[in-house]
Amino acid sequence: MILNIALRELRSMFLSPLAWTVLAVTQLILAWIFLSQIDVFFSIQKELATLDNAPGVTDLVVAPMLEIASVILLMISPLLTMRLISEERRNGTLSLLLSAPVSISEIVLGKFLGIVLFYLILVGMISLMPLSLIIGTELDLGKLAAGLLGLILLLSAFAAAGIFLSSLTANPVVAAISTFGLLLLLWMLERNGGDIGSESVFSYISLTHHISPFLRGLVNSVDLAYFILFIATFLLLSIRQMDAARLHR
Amino acid sequence: MSLVTVNNLVCYYGHHRAVDDISFTLKTGDILGFLGPNGAGKSSTMQMLSGNLAPSAGEIHIHGFDLLDNPKRAKAEIGYLPEQPPLYKEMTVDEYLRYCARLHRIEKSRISDAINLAKTRCGLKESGRRLIGNLSKGYQQRVGIAQAIVHSPRIIILDEPTVGLDPNQIREIRELIVELGKEHGIILCTHILPEVEAVCNRVQIINKGRLVYEAKMDELRGGDTHGFYEVTLLRPPGVNQLYDTADINSVERLDDHTFLVHTEQVKAENIANAAVANNWGLIKLTPHQHTLEQIFIDLTLSDEHNHMEVRA
Repeated sequence: MILNIALRELRSMFLSPLAWTVLAVTQLILAWIFLSQIDVFFSIQKELATLDNAPGVTDLVVAPMLEIASVILLMISPLLTMRLISEERRNGTLSLLLSAPVSISEIVLGKFLGIVLFYLILVGMISLMPLSLIIGTELDLGKLAAGLLGLILLLSAFAAAGIFLSSLTANPVVAAISTFGLLLLLWMLERNGGDIGSESVFSYISLTHHISPFLRGLVNSVDLAYFILFIATFLLLSIRQMDAARLHR
Repeated sequence: MSLVTVNNLVCYYGHHRAVDDISFTLKTGDILGFLGPNGAGKSSTMQMLSGNLAPSAGEIHIHGFDLLDNPKRAKAEIGYLPEQPPLYKEMTVDEYLRYCARLHRIEKSRISDAINLAKTRCGLKESGRRLIGNLSKGYQQRVGIAQAIVHSPRIIILDEPTVGLDPNQIREIRELIVELGKEHGIILCTHILPEVEAVCNRVQIINKGRLVYEAKMDELRGGDTHGFYEVTLLRPPGVNQLYDTADINSVERLDDHTFLVHTEQVKAENIANAAVANNWGLIKLTPHQHTLEQIFIDLTLSDEHNHMEVRA
């Protein structure tokens, strides 16, 4: 049943220009970044050759590209998640789900899975660019995999937060703005959370703090746990919120 | 066993008691008209029956299953068309109905048959591949009904199914409701009185959250006009003259030419005789049967007057 709801969600994204636009825009911007990073790599290649233990193409091209991808998607993700529940509430289609023999957890998980499936497609397409480097050079596939895993976890976290804020309002724009605000805040927390590397509370809950190890090729269980807890928390809150909305409204 | 049993249902919006201690039952073959003025608590009751809204107090049993304790089993027996049909405009009719069928856990092998049956019944056979967003309002309404019956539920709840339709479409939808009523229990929620008179065999009136009236349509029709007649005269006399001449209990002037006349013992014949004798030019003399409307107005308006007095 979860899959059924997820597939409809995915389908309806591709039936409107929404999914296509997001794919096209991210692909275009990242292609530009990708090419300019390769340019940079070529220009400093000679100096790199003289260094011991020099950073490779994965560090200099792939990691920055994925980092910029995560920033772009931070801006786009709220626009994708804003409709998930609030639009259904506004259009009255939510009652189709609520009057069907489907539990609220199944609805929320279905919606979450739908958007995550879309992000998998997106990340799959993004990863094609770095993978194309295999033709001409050697790539650190482990680092690339860690980076992609991190990006997927980050996007899932964006999606979970987006679903929760979308369940709070019947106005998609309000959902989008509040999601964007929340994500941006969590993104920037580390800036003022003390020196980089210090374990203050702020930097601990910041998204940046937990995504950067992935981009450097490190998969820490702490960071994994952070993302899983982040996602679980927001999904549970969404389920609670929708249950509460049925009670009081 | 009754299909729906509702016991002492209560619903609060904040401090406002939208639904106040409602109890009723629905049996197979019933087409229950749920009447009430706007804001009386009709839709809230329907939303509670369909599981969209949790009741503040009270019990709902759907075909023996408690809606709160066993929501999945209970909801499987319900088809619900809300006031605003829950349609995904970007999907085609077939895709949409397939999704609904899956949501209701119909077995894979039976899905196509179920969709075809629902489409045939709602006159959507030709529209399967069209986008719902491109259909006219009447057809969208039909898709909404198809959605409510695709899993052949025992109970169908229709919340104002004919709003915004043209007269032909209204007739078709009503015929469909009567047809469906042969095999399912139907709750038809509306404020259109002729609709209830046309299709329902039971009627309930809700006002300010309380059930204020309940009757079978047979009893209500009953052929008994309670002695009320509508008289239309070409050259009407004054009310007093009419009152004196035709030997009647009461007269109410409806417009320039029409009177509502109440005679207890005397038959309609007397009115006709008086009209002929006095050369009033009798155009029409009909038994006055709009009793449902009368009941509705009496029950819902009088209450409003009371409220006005309280406020004053």
